[in-house]
Amino acid sequence: MGRITLDKVTKRFGEVEVIPPLDLTIDDGEFVVFVGPSGCGKSTLLRLIAGLEDVSSGQIRIDGEDATQAPPAKRKLAMVFQSYALYPHMSVRKNIAFPLRMAGIDKAEQDRRIENAAKVLNLTDYLERRPGQLSGGQRQRVAIGRAIVREPAAFLFDEPLSNLDAALRVGMRLEISELHERLKTTMIYVTHDQVEAMTMADKIVVLRAGNIEQVGSPLTLYREPRNLFVAGFIGSPKMNLIDGAEAAKHGARTIGIRPEHIDVSPQAGTWEGTVGVSEHLGSDTFFHVHVDGMKEPITVRAGGEVGLHHGDKVYLTPQPERIHRFDDKGLRIA
Amino acid sequence: MATQHSRSAARLMMAPAVFVLLVWMLVPLIMTLYFSVLDYRPMRGAFDCCVGLSNYTSFLTSSAFLDSILVTLVMVGGILAITVVGGVALALLLDKPIWGQGIVRILVIAPFFVMPTVSALVWKNMFMDPVNGLLAHLWEFFGAEPISWLSDLPLFSIILIVSWQWLPFATLILLTAIQSLDSEQLEAAEMDGAPGYSRFLWIILPHMARAITVVILIQTIFLLSIFAEIFVTTNGAFGTRTLTYLVYQRVIESQNVGLGSAGGIIAVILANIVAIFLMRIVGKNLDA
Ligand SMILES: Nc1ncnc2c1ncn2[C@@H]1O[C@H](COP(=O)(O)OP(=O)(O)OP(=O)(O)O)[C@@H](O)[C@H]1O
Ligand SMILES: [Mg+2]
Repeated sequence: MGRITLDKVTKRFGEVEVIPPLDLTIDDGEFVVFVGPSGCGKSTLLRLIAGLEDVSSGQIRIDGEDATQAPPAKRKLAMVFQSYALYPHMSVRKNIAFPLRMAGIDKAEQDRRIENAAKVLNLTDYLERRPGQLSGGQRQRVAIGRAIVREPAAFLFDEPLSNLDAALRVGMRLEISELHERLKTTMIYVTHDQVEAMTMADKIVVLRAGNIEQVGSPLTLYREPRNLFVAGFIGSPKMNLIDGAEAAKHGARTIGIRPEHIDVSPQAGTWEGTVGVSEHLGSDTFFHVHVDGMKEPITVRAGGEVGLHHGDKVYLTPQPERIHRFDDKGLRIA
Repeated sequence: MATQHSRSAARLMMAPAVFVLLVWMLVPLIMTLYFSVLDYRPMRGAFDCCVGLSNYTSFLTSSAFLDSILVTLVMVGGILAITVVGGVALALLLDKPIWGQGIVRILVIAPFFVMPTVSALVWKNMFMDPVNGLLAHLWEFFGAEPISWLSDLPLFSIILIVSWQWLPFATLILLTAIQSLDSEQLEAAEMDGAPGYSRFLWIILPHMARAITVVILIQTIFLLSIFAEIFVTTNGAFGTRTLTYLVYQRVIESQNVGLGSAGGIIAVILANIVAIFLMRIVGKNLDA
């Protein structure tokens, strides 16, 4: 079980209100990702849930019980820190055993759970090593191992992959997703990497300055961003946002169109422009097209081997049903 | 990479310093060695060359020698125990954010700046005097018989005085050790359900192990040569005669330079044995 409810939770450090009143429900077994720009309060929110920070007001309920004042140990949550926070003077086995020993679980049961966790995480060969003798990915797995042996109600991850190199990050991302499939335990995952957010989440929570901008499944956020901030934040490369006359034609202050929803043609189309920089990724090519009458270049996604070059004339046609419209306040027009 | 040229230039430039250091260290050592094989008692006009090792045998076989070793061990051990335990406790306290932290830290470090002779005198006359001392007044306030510290508990009194001087050193080093502990480790332990004392025992203390061994090593080396505090307070009486003090008495009070020098050489050898032994332990701790 692991249903977490935040009810009008706020957090202030002295005078600074980092989290304004915030409501959020995380259902049992869900994989929830908090994303947002740096300093928006993701870590703070996670630490409030963990009990490592006290809330300034509001209530946190875990499985229906008020846990607002409960110390971290009583919340049955396990946390994986960005720096791993392994105990450097203990072997991997002792590290993983630590929470069990603190809970007073008997030796045989401890060993059984450690062996299980080690098998799941491919750590069996490293149990007697010290953390200092492990690679970054292995340390990460030990940190996860220490979390899973406790059989917690929910896992909290604070940017667990940000210290790993790109290839390892993809591997660990899959492993964590697989772990979630297997354990079916609630997971809350903080990241500012939107690929991680899109690929892993059941539900994404987009934060800005402590405010929840939108909550929804990755595809909901992609298809129907509630406002300009979410529209610009989710999706890579970023959505093209166009102001002015072009937007007015659609009855909006701003319109947005994703690079993958623009058709390119050398002969005819809605907008006429010249090709600027192009980025070839093999499978895809991203063109930055300077359209007459628009300040910003428009990013367009085309197939891998489209024969367009710097300075060529092109015509762009946005797919009409994929145009997002936003009003004066930056909110989506349905 | 240093080139051949810059390396020889460096050697040339270091030469004067190395030379001075060598002379500085070797001359006294060689003179002591030389005196230790003489029967040299200036007051009696004795100056016989080359009595061999008889100074050594008589120093080692005198009952005062074994006593002094024991006293030295008790004194150094006692001071180490007090400063390490007290240092850990103070460091834990000072690590907490408290009001007026900067001033409190300077106050804690202050005793280290007081000269040993001065602090011993202050303790002797201001605190431990059985008639006028502050401690005597305190005892009287509670209706107890004042303790005549330096004659009834001489060894303990000296341990107390020296501990007071060295506590700041231990505190300072241990405080930097505590401050270098990653706070996420403590938070992880907290999430893992470790109560305060477990976190201290399993996370903080192992983290400080290295700093503690360094404190023990450095203090031992300095404490083996405690002198001023004994000189000022008990003059080596009442069973407070350490090895260092014994050597002093042989040379100055008995005016037996030969015997004292032999004692000095023995003290150097013993101190080196202790140092090597401690280095081993520290080395092991530093590797881990
Ligand atoms: N202990 C503290 N005292 C004062 N302000 C704090 C404290 N901890 C965090 N803050 C402030 O709260 C805000 C949110 O911080 P938080 O660490 O939650 O950001 P974040 O979203 O996790 O950012 P990042 O992606 O860089 O990790 C920041 O503006 C930060 O300066
Ligand atoms: Mg953070």
